[in-house]
Order: sequence, then structure tokens, then C-alpha cells
Amino acid sequence: MIQVQDLSLGYGERLVLKDLNFQVEAGEFVGILGPNGSGKSTLIHALCGLIAPKRGRISIKDRGLEDLASRMRAQILAVVPQVSDMRFPFNCLEIVLMGRYPRRRRWGSLTDDDLLWALKSMRRTTTEHLQDRPVTEVSGGERQRVVIARALAQDPEFLLLDEATSSLDVRKKLEIFEILKFLNATKGLTVLCAMHDLNLAALYCGRLMFIKDGGIIQDGPTEEVFTPEVLARVYQTPMEVIRHPGHQRPYAVMLPLTPAELEESAPEASLV
Amino acid sequence: MKNPLISTGATGPLDLASVRDQRRAGTRAYAVALLALSLGLLVSVVLATGIGRLDLSWGTIAWVILGKLGFSVPAVDRTTEVVVWGIRLSRVVLSGLVGASLATAGVIFQGLLLNPLADPFTLGVSTGGAFGVALLVILGVGGSFLGLSPLPLGALAGALAAMVVVLTLSRESGRIRKESLILAGIVVSTFLSALISLIKSLDEESLSAIVFWIMGSFSGRGWIHVGFLLPYAALGLALALSYHRELDILALGEEQSHHLGVTVSKVRLKLLLGASLLTAGAVSVSGVIGFVGLVVPHLVRVLAGPSHGRLLVLSAFTGALILIWADVVSRVLLASGQELPVGVVTALIGGPFFFYLLKSRRTRGMW
Repeated sequence: MIQVQDLSLGYGERLVLKDLNFQVEAGEFVGILGPNGSGKSTLIHALCGLIAPKRGRISIKDRGLEDLASRMRAQILAVVPQVSDMRFPFNCLEIVLMGRYPRRRRWGSLTDDDLLWALKSMRRTTTEHLQDRPVTEVSGGERQRVVIARALAQDPEFLLLDEATSSLDVRKKLEIFEILKFLNATKGLTVLCAMHDLNLAALYCGRLMFIKDGGIIQDGPTEEVFTPEVLARVYQTPMEVIRHPGHQRPYAVMLPLTPAELEESAPEASLV
Repeated sequence: MKNPLISTGATGPLDLASVRDQRRAGTRAYAVALLALSLGLLVSVVLATGIGRLDLSWGTIAWVILGKLGFSVPAVDRTTEVVVWGIRLSRVVLSGLVGASLATAGVIFQGLLLNPLADPFTLGVSTGGAFGVALLVILGVGGSFLGLSPLPLGALAGALAAMVVVLTLSRESGRIRKESLILAGIVVSTFLSALISLIKSLDEESLSAIVFWIMGSFSGRGWIHVGFLLPYAALGLALALSYHRELDILALGEEQSHHLGVTVSKVRLKLLLGASLLTAGAVSVSGVIGFVGLVVPHLVRVLAGPSHGRLLVLSAFTGALILIWADVVSRVLLASGQELPVGVVTALIGGPFFFYLLKSRRTRGMW
């Protein structure tokens, strides 16, 4: 369980998020949505300890995040960033094996167990065939799947994704979310993903959290919060929510902005 | 629950055995490379000792070395013994150690700073060390205590100070900018070289002494200098090797390292200290020798891959080999019998290599 109490986050003097309170139970699949600059990434960065809270507290499994040693934290929680820079030509298997770092002993050599975890993670992310390829020479989608395999090799209980699929094409996005859905359903992996794509979120996430203007606007089961009213409020865009006749999940269709609405957002859209 | 996407590609049991075999083959190749390099190093030490103005037979050299190592051998005359043991062999060993130190320092800097152009020289760390030594010398601090000299400490202080300055100069809102890093390094290095020249001139040292210090030289160095360097090289290498796994991960960048459970700030500090120890030790006995730490890691990476455990060890051997032979060239190149600063030889090889890295497609994405 991740517990967030009175959490305020920011950079320097500027506060990006104020007084957040929420909990994520084990086994949930949560999407964090919000417009650009609303603080989705900031929240993910705070949840993985990359930036320190200005105020408030984050605890994971009833232990303060700041009290967890780095290795301990990496055993519980894995992160897939939006882009993962790769400068050195490690082959993909070596990259995935790095995910075993927090679970290996300081002087211990690589065990069969480590190798098995790496191979299993690569199988799950359909990257097995990339084992011997330098990570600097695979495509963006493949690289992202390798990074997810590395995260899975950490054998975490929580997986945080920071717009991990934003730069990928539709098919690659769906593949990755299918993998997440599978692990969530079968292994009880708790997934938290900051994302842009509303319909992708509605399709896979059981719970959605909308953030904007420094706070949580709505937080609840997708069925209840994925409504035209909430979406319009968060994105300042008229939307229609329709239920797909096949899979019965809701999806959003954006409507063109009316002149009145354009007028309303004029100060922000002055660049247009 | 069966996921159709997950079963695409390979099916069947995970092929642990073949992956294990492949890794074993990799380890075998590494062992062979290590063996070849060790043999090459051994042969090079003997060959390099044999080259010089006084012609010596291999037999004599072998007798002197074996005799010093405690074997009973036929007597060799005193002059020959001094030339082989006291002058040549000590110099060859020293140049090997300096080469190993600079090459491993280059590996650490390139991995930590994610910059293929980083090495102790291009970062200004070497010149910082040399400046530290020059400062101590003019202040009259010198001599040795129990075989340890204060000069490497001066070099360490200078190296660390230069590194802090360069990192600060190239930092912009918390991130080190790759282009600025090398620029700052070269600027700091040039500035400190000028200061060294100034200090040495005030001290009324000859121009050649200054050049030998700024361009690096093993002229007139002996076992005592090996003693100065050894603790620094050993400590620096030990630090680097004990954190080689972290170095692999840090080479992916700060953020990913954090996610994988590396205590980034702590480990990075230790590794930078290790690289500084290696550089300072090398500089305090030989002056500023450029480009060894730049060329060697790249050569080794092409052949052995980027994993730092192996990269460090193989680079140490390769660096030793290269600098031993660069020093031989610097000794024999001029027909007049005069010596060139060894830094001239390494720069003649390293300069063009630097341009190649700058332009090469393989490394362009890296910076």
C-alpha cells in the first residue's frame, strides 16, 4: 500500500502540488491524468523518491519512503521513465540484468535465479530475441519494452510509469498495457501510471486520478469519474463519453471548441 | 489467464542453459584476453628495458632481474646492474603503472560523466594535479617520509580542486552540460598550464623542465617514484573495482541509477575520488600525460564491451602497454639522443583520435 499524507511538492519556491492525500492499495491499476504541467511527472518522481517532498509524507507498506534504503526501495518499487537515455552499447540482456542489482549481494556473482528472472521478464515483454542486441541499436518501442523488462526483473510490488508509452505508436502502447494488465491480474502487481492518452487510461485503468491546479480534482473508479463533466473541467475541452458497444469500456470523443470557449481560454492561448 | 501478446515470439521453456553457456564463453574470452595481455606486458617490460643507448643483451637483463628477485645468478658488473635495475626497469615499471592509472581513471570519468571525450587530461584534472605539485615544490615542501611523498597529496588536492571548478563551470540548473564539460576542462587546463609555467619560471627552472612537466616525462624517474604512486594507484583501482557494478548502472544516468537502487550521490563521490587518486598519483610522478585515458577505454570497449568490471581491468593492462611503448618511442625517437616528453608522443596519437570520436557516428549520439 502506498499512502500519501498532506503531500506538497515543488521546485525551489514554486509549489506544483499542494496537500495531496490518497492511498493506493495493493493490486490496483491507477491512471494519473491531467493537462500538461499539472504535476503528473512531479508526483511520480516524488513517489519513487527522486525528489523530496516540501511537506507531508509518503509511506510505502507502512514505512516512510525517506527511511527506506535505496536497495530496499528498489526491491519494492520499480519505475519506467518517459525516456531512458542509453549511451553505452550494453546488450539488452545486460540492461535487464541490471534490474537484479537491488537483489544481488554486494560481492555475490550472478546466480541462475538472476538469469532466470531476466529471461522471464524478457519473455513477458517480448524482448527475448533482443538479448544480444546493443540497446543503443534497437527501436524506441523495443527499448521501452527492455526497460520494462528491467523493471520487472527487480521483482517489484509496485510499478510506476511516467508517460512510458507517450512516444510509442498505437500498437506498441497496447502491447505494453496488455503486459501490465496481465501482470496486474495474475501477479497482483500494483500499477500507477501517469499518462496523457485518455482512452488508453479508460481502457486499462481501474481507477483514475485527475490532477490539476495543484490538487486532485477527481479520484475514483474509472466507471464513475470518467464523465464529460470531469473531463471538461480538467482539460477545459468539451468531451462526450461513449460506451463502446463491444468491450463496454467508456471512451472520450473530443468536440470542437466553440468561439465562446476559445474566448474563455484566450489568455492561455495567446500564443495561437 | 493467457495473454496472446505475451506468447508471441519465443515459446517453450526459458533457455537458461544456452544463456549460461554464452556467458561462460564470454568469461573464457575475457580470461584469454587477460592472459595474452599479461604475457604481452611481461615481454614488453623486458624488451623496453633492453632498448637504450647502452646495448645490453637479453641474457644480462634477465640475470640482473632474476638476481634482484633473489635467485642466485652469475655476477654482473655494477654499471650494467645500475643501468638495468636502477634506471631502465624502474622507469618501465613506472610508465606501466602511470599508463594503467590514467587509463582506468579515463574509464571512470567516461562512465560517470556519460561523456566519451572525458579523460583526466581533457577534464583539466591532470593539469590541476600538476599545478598542486608545482605549488608544493615552490613552497619548499618535498622530500619523503617512510617512502611516501607529500607531492601526490598536493596533486590530489589540485586534481580535486580542478575537478570541482570544471564541474561547477559546466553545470547548468543542476545538470552537467556535455559540451561545456570538455570546454571547461580545456580552459582550466590551459590556464593552469600557464600558471605552472609562471611558477616554474619564477623558480628559475629551465624551459625544458617546464615542458617536461606540462607535457609529461619519465626522465630521471626511479623506484622511489614507483613507491610514491603505488598506494594511490592501488587505492584508486580498488575503489573503482569494488564499485564496477554501480559504474555500469551510473553509465545509464542519474535517474535510472536511482530507480535501480544505487545511492547515486554517495557512490558517485567515491568513484570520483577513486579517479582523482589515480590521476593524482600518476601526475605527481610524471607530469601531465594526455589522451591515454581517452584512447584506451574506447579501444577496449570496442573489443570487450561496455561492462566496467572487465573494462577497468583490461584498460589497466592496455594503458600500461601503450605508455611503456610511448615512453620507449620518446627515448629513442630523436637521433641526437635527447628525450622527447612522452606527452608529445601520446598527444600525437591521441589528438587525431579525439577528432575521430568527435566526428564518429558511433559516439555522436553519446554527447
